[in-house]
Amino acid sequence: MLNRFVIPAVVLAASMFSLPARTQNARTPFPAPDPNAPPVAQNQEKHVDGWYKEVPVPPKDQKSALAPRHDLSGIWEPAAGWRDGVQFLGAKEYPSDGKPQHELPFTPLGEKTWKSHKPGFGTTEVPIALNNDPFDTCDPIGFPRIELFNLRAIQILQTEKQVLIFYQNDRTFRSIWTDGRGFPPDDIWEPRWYGYSIGKWEDDTTFVVETSGLDERTWIDNVGRPHSSDLRVEERFHRVNYDILELTLTIIDPKMYAKPWNALNKFPLRLQPADFDLREMICSPSEQAEFDKQVSRPAIANSKKK
Amino acid sequence: MKNGASFLLMIGLLAVSVPVVAHHGNASYGHAKQLTLKGTVTEWDWLSPHTLLKIDVKDDHGVVNWIVEWNAPSSLINFGINKKTFKPGDEVTVFIITPDNGAPVGRIQRVMLANGTWLRG
Repeated sequence: MLNRFVIPAVVLAASMFSLPARTQNARTPFPAPDPNAPPVAQNQEKHVDGWYKEVPVPPKDQKSALAPRHDLSGIWEPAAGWRDGVQFLGAKEYPSDGKPQHELPFTPLGEKTWKSHKPGFGTTEVPIALNNDPFDTCDPIGFPRIELFNLRAIQILQTEKQVLIFYQNDRTFRSIWTDGRGFPPDDIWEPRWYGYSIGKWEDDTTFVVETSGLDERTWIDNVGRPHSSDLRVEERFHRVNYDILELTLTIIDPKMYAKPWNALNKFPLRLQPADFDLREMICSPSEQAEFDKQVSRPAIANSKKK
Repeated sequence: MKNGASFLLMIGLLAVSVPVVAHHGNASYGHAKQLTLKGTVTEWDWLSPHTLLKIDVKDDHGVVNWIVEWNAPSSLINFGINKKTFKPGDEVTVFIITPDNGAPVGRIQRVMLANGTWLRG
């Protein structure tokens, strides 16, 4: 029984961290692993909304009505499950996993800037207290990271002149103007965490959004992909049918990337019941500071820095 | 058979080790290792973006208060875990990763309640 637990645990540790086992610090002797620890937890996953109401699982053969014309309104969640938009390894189409097909077309400046970012995940991750992720101090997540990290439930409202997107994550919103205006003149605009967005209907079911004026302090995704103040982002919201909305998001930033790239490619979102409650999901600066004090800094004290 | 069971166990552990929300991962603990601790809950902090479980663990030298982080509330609620799941005095067993510098901190992989139920989040 002992071997059933200890051997795989050692193998697992090696596979997770690819580092040799270290001698334990003598200050606090560690209890031995529990040989009776079962391998799989018994509580079952059950997705709930912010009101703790269970979210219905749609049938696999869900029959959907046709998409309405020029209408994205409703509450949407990733169609493949609430975790599908987490993207902890970076943009869905380009995770930072070392695979050649996921390498981005960095310019020299883009590569240099990316290497100066110290994320908590991916091929360039660093120990917890050495991160310089702006989200570590609860800076606003910003755009497009709001859609490339923890894309959870969103609510879309339409008015005569705007499409408004409310995000569960960061409990924030964006205004996309549809009244035909252009971007503000170059000489007066100030960068914004969520930029300036204008949108138009390309056809009955495809809404295209252009966003610019984005604050350089934000990261594009959870692994620190950078952007310059010249970044332009194109979002294509295509309502495939009544229940499914696909999102394609393209990064266009010649200073950092030699060519545009699709961070999301037809990422599917599913319409939720109208009484779905968007949960609060706020990074609290004071709570994060406590976490740093109590966990992050002790975790690297007296350790060799990478 | 034994090897098969071990393999399944390993897969099971891997399955619960994948982070679902955090912006940092297990490997962010540097030279981390796994550890199982039995102790008494002193505090359960339902905070965002990291929840914190504090437990008193006895060893040969006395009692050490461990502070272990778990996923954000927005994830844990999908596993039936909420701000009342733990209260001071509860006996728990936590399976964590912890850095090798001896600091009594870590990141929860799963927790066993006194009634034997294992929680993952």
